[in-house]
Amino acid sequence: MIDYAWVIPLVPAISFVLILFFGKRMKYKGAEIGIAAVGASFVMACIVAGQWIAKFHHAPETGVKAVTHAGLWWQNGGQKITAGIQIDGLAAMMMFVVTLISLLVHIYSTAYMHDDRRYTYYFAALSLFTASMLLLVVADNTLLMLCGWELVGLCSFMLIGHWWEEEPNSNAALKAFFTTRTGDVGLLIGVVLTWFMVKAATGRGSFNIVAVNKAALGGKVSHTLVLVCASGLLIAIIGKSGQFPLHTWLPDAMAGPTPVSALIHAATMVVAGVYLGARLYGIFWSGFSIGHGGVNVMAAIGGITIIIGAVLAFVQRDIKKVLAYSTISQLGYMVMALGVGAWTAAIFHLFTHAFFKALLFLGAGSVSHSGSHHSFDMKEDMGGLRKYMPQTFTTFVIGAIALAGIFPLAGFWSKDEILVTANQGSYDVFLYVGLVGAFLTAAYMTRCVYLTFFGEYRGHGHPHESPPAITVPLWILAFFAVVAGILNAPHVDLFKKWINPSSVVGRTVDPELIHHIFARFTEPTFDTTAATISVLIALVGIAIGALYYFGDKGPHGLTQRSGAAKVGYTFLENKYYLDHLYTDVIVGGVKGPIANASYWVNQHVIDGVVNGAGKGTSLLANFTYDVLDRKVVDGAINETANATGWVGGRFRGLQSGKVQQYALVLFGAVGLASFVLALVYVVS
Amino acid sequence: MNWFDDWALPLGVFLPAVGMVLLFFIPKKNETAIKATALLTTVVTFAVGVVILFRFNYHSGTLQFTVNEQWIPVIHSRFHVGIDGISLPLLVLSMFICILAVIYSWDHFPEPRNPRAFLALILLLEVGMNGTFAAQDLILFFVFFEFVLLPMFFMIGVWGGPNRQYAAIKFFLFTLFGSALMLVAFLALYFLSKHPTFDMVQLAKMHGEGIAYGTQLLVFGGLFLGFAIKVPIFPFHTWLPDAHTEAPTVGSVLLAAIMLKLGTYGFVRIAIPFLPRAAQAWAPWIGLLAVIGIIYGSLCCLAQRDMKRLIAFSSVAHMGFVMLGIATLTNFGINAAIFGMVAHGLITGMLFFVAGSIQERFNTREMSRLGGLLTQAPKLGWILGFCAMASLGLPGLAGFWGEFPAILSAYQPAGNISDITFRVYMVVAAVGTVLAAGYLLWMFQKVAFGTPKDEFKDAHIHDVHGPEWIAWTPLLVLIVVLGIYPNFLFKVTDPAVTRETKQVAAVLQQANRPKTEAANR
Repeated sequence: MIDYAWVIPLVPAISFVLILFFGKRMKYKGAEIGIAAVGASFVMACIVAGQWIAKFHHAPETGVKAVTHAGLWWQNGGQKITAGIQIDGLAAMMMFVVTLISLLVHIYSTAYMHDDRRYTYYFAALSLFTASMLLLVVADNTLLMLCGWELVGLCSFMLIGHWWEEEPNSNAALKAFFTTRTGDVGLLIGVVLTWFMVKAATGRGSFNIVAVNKAALGGKVSHTLVLVCASGLLIAIIGKSGQFPLHTWLPDAMAGPTPVSALIHAATMVVAGVYLGARLYGIFWSGFSIGHGGVNVMAAIGGITIIIGAVLAFVQRDIKKVLAYSTISQLGYMVMALGVGAWTAAIFHLFTHAFFKALLFLGAGSVSHSGSHHSFDMKEDMGGLRKYMPQTFTTFVIGAIALAGIFPLAGFWSKDEILVTANQGSYDVFLYVGLVGAFLTAAYMTRCVYLTFFGEYRGHGHPHESPPAITVPLWILAFFAVVAGILNAPHVDLFKKWINPSSVVGRTVDPELIHHIFARFTEPTFDTTAATISVLIALVGIAIGALYYFGDKGPHGLTQRSGAAKVGYTFLENKYYLDHLYTDVIVGGVKGPIANASYWVNQHVIDGVVNGAGKGTSLLANFTYDVLDRKVVDGAINETANATGWVGGRFRGLQSGKVQQYALVLFGAVGLASFVLALVYVVS
Repeated sequence: MNWFDDWALPLGVFLPAVGMVLLFFIPKKNETAIKATALLTTVVTFAVGVVILFRFNYHSGTLQFTVNEQWIPVIHSRFHVGIDGISLPLLVLSMFICILAVIYSWDHFPEPRNPRAFLALILLLEVGMNGTFAAQDLILFFVFFEFVLLPMFFMIGVWGGPNRQYAAIKFFLFTLFGSALMLVAFLALYFLSKHPTFDMVQLAKMHGEGIAYGTQLLVFGGLFLGFAIKVPIFPFHTWLPDAHTEAPTVGSVLLAAIMLKLGTYGFVRIAIPFLPRAAQAWAPWIGLLAVIGIIYGSLCCLAQRDMKRLIAFSSVAHMGFVMLGIATLTNFGINAAIFGMVAHGLITGMLFFVAGSIQERFNTREMSRLGGLLTQAPKLGWILGFCAMASLGLPGLAGFWGEFPAILSAYQPAGNISDITFRVYMVVAAVGTVLAAGYLLWMFQKVAFGTPKDEFKDAHIHDVHGPEWIAWTPLLVLIVVLGIYPNFLFKVTDPAVTRETKQVAAVLQQANRPKTEAANR
């Protein structure tokens, strides 16, 4: 199967076409095609993962090699440019996560989207979404990744704007597309540079991932080129993975159906950026000199994002927006991890985060579906739901604890590994940033759980538990949220055996890479002290949150009493005013005054010249006719004057729009010319 | 099949003319017969193209299906036609689009209704377009190149919108102005070259030998103006929005899909191989105008309220990518340019079809009056969305392959063209892709999303129907197929393009060598 892994994205792609054309005629309106296709992909992904793991039983000294297959895609200058698959631990893990979450989202959606006006279309888009993400995952070259990447963007556009009758929804969809597209300028240039990087290193251009990473790490390419390429790709990651300062589309993207949010935040779209960072890690490693410690732009962006995302999660009333800012913050962890050299930890966090974040989103969906009458407002329509929705409550709390990083749930292990690597890789600053983030995460999740499930019910519906199509996926995800972290626990260490950074050069053990380049970072030792501290900090976060919300202690109403607090709160409520900057100043400026000014120039300056030339000619013709012909020449040389006047008159006639006349002249002229040419031909 | 190889191109070029003559023997009342004859003519012409596709040798980059007969010996002009991988896709595209134009016209004849005249013009147009792509003699090329103007002039002038006369005359005079200079340049090439000839193959082989460098620059300038206006390149583009806005739907489609390519084709076929050294000197300026066109065209799009005018301005932006690729003089760039021409033909042609159908249904193209197309005519709405995505260069659809390699080529232009300059262009062009997403998606949002405005709330809007499906399906399929497997086209163009760029590179290397040696000393 592993050699035919290209089938895995192909199946949902075919499903997309089938649902589009035949979905409405099916018994379950196309949902069954989507579920069957993604289910098949999931089974195949499991087989591929199993085959990959099996390779380690008799692994040679040099490690397990990635499975690659490629075929002709296009050609230039006689050189064949191929497209193909590269299956290694990283790809296998991602395929497993993507297909599993997508499958659960599909099943969940049959209940959640039950009466939707575009049910069939929705499932078609889900299929395409899954296919695009899988394409990105299996791709063996940067150009194919770019294709998958953009298609993922297209699908999130379609799904965020699913209810496009209402303008805010279509605005959110456009915003998501534009913002990520802005980042994609970096991707376009980055991908172009990958070609020239390989060309500089080997004399022959290539987009192949392994070739690109080798070129970047090989030292033959100028550091400037690698740095520019890394920066371009980082901009793409910032756009796609919701990093500061391009994170603003992500909370708006909550306009889409909730299962889609789960898919976007857990398995597709936003993690595409982190995946790209991991796939092309050689470029970042060498471009940003990650091995040298201290501070670099990638880690800094990640670190800033952790904090700004987490802080904003405190001021949201909408449960989905809390989770959205939480995703931003958690993606910050992953990008920061890549920035501090914690490759395995970043991927591991992507892996665990996928489960508990999907769980939390689907839980929030369950609450709105059956508890709060399709509202997401925690303050207005929720509260006390633990009595009515025990299963949703239990699973949501499991997800929240896993996210907060409490031992021994999944989030603990992955977050801890990031922090430990930052510590041991002389990136101390980011260790502290990570710890602050852990505190904030625990606290805002406490707030969220309190507002949703505790206190008195504030809504106006009839809350009840959700149907099994919703709760079963919740329990499955809850299971993974509890146990997924064990894979990389000390003395287990399976995850890092199967998936490690040397996969960037196409094999799992590369002596040179492992021992000379990535060594210090890939094998951090488990540190009980650090682990204890991070858990304690998270517990303190929960405790303070609990005291504040459950116990009603602390400075409540501070924003009413203190001017400074009020200013701060307003600043946060306006999301640091970034939305105003982007929407009103930049987009508004380009779309309004700048576009209008360009068009004004076009109509009045450039076209003015053209029309001026036309009018000038016309005037000249009149002048020729009226002045030169009538007054000056007339009487002197009658014959000549008559001819000029005739021409001038024709010309004026044309300018005043006597089209038929003009046509006659033209046809006459052409006819005459043809006749002459024919005559010349015959005679000669 | 030797006889076919000898007759393929004359047939491909002149069969539509035969059909046109036939049309005038059919009584005006017998509309079905008129339509059938026109359709049959275009189909037979296309069939010739298909046979050419099968008999074409894709590995050689040389001219094939050549015919070289005496024509006007007084001026040493010969009837010399032939095609290679550069012209083949454009020739076949032209034959193909003409069929679709006839099919779409079936029940979409613009007022004043006169199917016979309208279809005759389409066929006449096809003669000129096919001829331009096949010609290998400058005089022949010029005749066909100019010939195209007439049918288009009448199409706009007779069947156009309210401002048609202004648009038609502007289109005609503007293009004619460029052609005059182009003709002077042709004559200069004839008189100044080492061996006076109008034969394009010979001229390409001489690379401007015998012409002083300063004169080469001037001659290139003449060619540049002629082609640039046709493309059109900023700032010679102002005829385009007017012509497109006023032209009937089929006119817009043919204009966008084929006629704009005559200019870019001229650069690739004539200007660059004839005068590579001058091309090198002009390249930074052409590149500059190209990227200005990308940004400027996009900005003008953002200011539009009329959908069709928006699409017209988007052509300026898209042709900017094509010209950027051409200006690099590299194989990546020129391959991308030809791909871009074909893709733009398919995609923008499609967009004009859709805009025409929207106007037919709503009697307006004002985007502020439209809205909720997806609720009233979902299929039409999704086709519009699909075309918008294709037009903004989404990978997996054809438009991407015109843009990406063009951007790539700008990183390392040929000869001693400044890398730094073109890398700046590269970034600007990449930024242009964001603007493209902007104007296309805002257009889509305004027209298709939301709910219908009050004035159309109860209007009965029918969804895509018969002739529209037949005319559009091939375009939509091609956009996807070329997007997924671009080698269908790159395989055709690459050998010929590589051959040309290699020759250009060799000339440039020789020309640039003394200078670099002098600099080293």
